[in-house]
Amino acid sequence: MSDAIFTENLRKVYAAPSMRRFRGLSSRGSGPPPIVPFAPVRTTDKGVVALDTLDLRVREGEFFGLLGPNGAGKTTTIGILTTRVTPTSGRAMVAGLDVTAAPDRVRQRIGVVPQRPNPDRSLSTLENLVFHAAYFGIPLDRAEQHAVDLLKRLDITDKADARVDALSGGQQQRLMIARALIHEPQVIFLDEPTVGLDPQARHDLWEILRDLHAHGRTIVMTTHYMEEADQLCERIAIVDRGRLLACDTPERLKASAPGGTLVEVTLDGEAEAAVTPALAVAGVTRAEAHGTGLHAYSERGGEAIPALITAAQSVGRVVTNIHLTRPSLESLFISMTGRKLD
Amino acid sequence: MSPASVFWALLRRDARVARRELPSFLVRTIMQPVLFIIVFGYLLPRMGFVQAGYTSALLPGIIAVSLTLSSVQSVALPMVQDFGFTREIEDRLLAPIPIRLVAIEKVVSGALQGVLAACVVLPIARLIMGPIAGLHLPNAALALGVTLLGSTVFASLGLVIGTAISATQIGLMFSIIVAPMLMFGCAYYPWRGLDAVPAFKYGVLINPLVYVAEAMRGALTPSLPHMPLWVACAAMVAMSALFLAIGLRGFVRRSMS
Ligand SMILES: Nc1ncnc2c1ncn2[C@@H]1O[C@H](COP(=O)(O)OP(=O)(O)OP(=O)(O)O)[C@@H](O)[C@H]1O
Ligand SMILES: [Mg+2]
Repeated sequence: MSDAIFTENLRKVYAAPSMRRFRGLSSRGSGPPPIVPFAPVRTTDKGVVALDTLDLRVREGEFFGLLGPNGAGKTTTIGILTTRVTPTSGRAMVAGLDVTAAPDRVRQRIGVVPQRPNPDRSLSTLENLVFHAAYFGIPLDRAEQHAVDLLKRLDITDKADARVDALSGGQQQRLMIARALIHEPQVIFLDEPTVGLDPQARHDLWEILRDLHAHGRTIVMTTHYMEEADQLCERIAIVDRGRLLACDTPERLKASAPGGTLVEVTLDGEAEAAVTPALAVAGVTRAEAHGTGLHAYSERGGEAIPALITAAQSVGRVVTNIHLTRPSLESLFISMTGRKLD
Repeated sequence: MSPASVFWALLRRDARVARRELPSFLVRTIMQPVLFIIVFGYLLPRMGFVQAGYTSALLPGIIAVSLTLSSVQSVALPMVQDFGFTREIEDRLLAPIPIRLVAIEKVVSGALQGVLAACVVLPIARLIMGPIAGLHLPNAALALGVTLLGSTVFASLGLVIGTAISATQIGLMFSIIVAPMLMFGCAYYPWRGLDAVPAFKYGVLINPLVYVAEAMRGALTPSLPHMPLWVACAAMVAMSALFLAIGLRGFVRRSMS
C-alpha cells in the first residue's frame, strides 16, 4: 500500500450544544434566525458540518499541505487522522490502518503537533519528551539522549529543566514539535506549526521538516502562510467549508490561478452593484462581490485602479481601501474561497 | 510495544508528579483527618464530652476518610485540569493504547495514593489518640486489602467527578458531594449506632464511604460492632464497578470529539 493517508467520503458533524442554548434564549420570538455575517460554516439542526465528504490521498513519503481559511475543517481533518475526533461517516486510513478500527496502532505510527500547545504542565520540558517517548515504549536512556538532541535542534536546551509554564508561547510550540518527533513516527501531522514562531525558528523548523522529508517521512501540514506551503509542500489541498476545492502541486495550482492581477477594492457598503460597471473596465476579465469587497482580475495590473474607483463611484460607493495581489497561490485561494488567509 | 509497558510508563509519570507534589499532597489529604483526630480523638475525650471508647469507633472511620479524600482528589483534580482549556491529557491520549487504559491507569494511581494516605494517617492517629481499645493490628493484610478496595471505589468516583465537572465547579463539588459524603459516611460514628435513627440507617447505604468505614472497622477493630465484612466488601466491589463504568464512559466522551 503506497498511500500514507486515504480518506473517502469523510464527514464530521459536531453536535452544537451552545447553539441549542442560544436558540433557547431567543426562542420567544418566532422570527427568522439572526443573520450572522460571513458565517463560514453550514449548520444543520444536528450541529456544525465541519467536514463534508472529504476525499484525500497522500502518498507515502509525501510532503502534503492543507490550506484553508479559519473554520475550513483543517484541524478536524487532522483530528480524525490522528484518532482524536470520531468521524460522523466515511472512512479514513493512516499508514494502511483504519483510524476507527485500529486507533492504537495508528497512534503508534504518527506524531502530532497540535494547533494549540498542550504540554504536560506537571512535568519539565525534558520530562515532557522523555515520558512521551516512554508512552511509545522507548527505553529511558535512549529517550533522554534523543530528547537532548531535539532540544538542541529546536534551540530550547536552556529550558530543559524548566517547568513548561516558564516557557514562552513560541518555546512551547517548539516543545510540541520535539514531542511529535521523539518517537520517530512514520507520519507527522503539524497543525499550523509555525504560528507564533519567530523567523529564525520558522526557518529552523523548515530545515527540520525538509530533513525528515528527505528521510522518507510523510508530512501533513496545515498553514496559513502561502509562502510556506509553496516552498515546502509537494502537493497542496485547498479546503473550505469542509470540502476539497483543489489538490495539486503548487506549480500547477499557481498555473491555474485566474490570470492577471487581483485588485481588491474595499467599498463603504455592499459591493454587489459595482460588479457590472467593474466588468466594463478595460482589462478586467472577472469581477465579483464579497461583502463590501469588490474582487476584480486585471490583465493590466494596477492600471485598472482609477477606472475601478470611477466604477464604484458610479453606483454611489466610496472606495476605502485597495489591495493588489499578483497571480499566485494566494489569488487562486481568494478566487476559490472568496476569502483571504490571514 | 505492549500495553503493559505503556501503562507502566503512565504510572511512572504519575509517580514522578506525586513525588514532586508530596508536601501539598499530604496537606491536602491528611490535614482534615488529623484535625478531626485532634478534636474528637484527643480533646473531646479528655474534656469528658465523649466516652473514651469513642476513639475505637473513630479510628477506622478516620482512615477511611483519609483514603477517600486522597483517592478522590488525586484522580478528580488533575483530570479537571487535564480536560480544561489546555487539554494537557492530549499527550497521553496519543499513546498507542486504548483510551480506556489511560483512564484505568488514573484510577490505579489514585487508589495507590489512597493507600499511601491511609498508611500515613494510621500511625499519626494512634500517636495522638493514645491506646485504642479493641485495635487489632495482626490483621494487617486484611486491612490493607480493605484499604485498596476502598481506595479503588473512591478513585473510580474521582474519575466520574473529574470527567463530569469543569474547573469552575470544583468548589461546588466539594460542598455538595464530598462534604455530605464525609459527614453521612459512618466515618465518625459506627453504622450500628444509627439503629437509633432508622431513616438514616438505611438512607446512608447509598454512600460508598459507609462500606469502606465499616469494612475498616471489621479489619481494625473486629471485636466491636460493625457491618459484616463480606457485605461491605461486596458493596465496595459493586460500587467500584459502577463508578468505573460511568467514569470510563465519561472519559471516552471527554477525550474524543
Ligand atoms: N469541538 C467542536 N465542537 C463543535 N464545533 C467544532 C468543534 N471543533 C471545530 N468545530 C467547528 O467545526 C468547523 C471546522 O473547525 P476546524 O477547527 O476544523 O477549522 P480549521 O480549518 O482548523 O480552522 P482554523 O484555521 O481556524 O484553525 C468550525 O466551524 C468550528 O466551529
Ligand atoms: Mg485549525
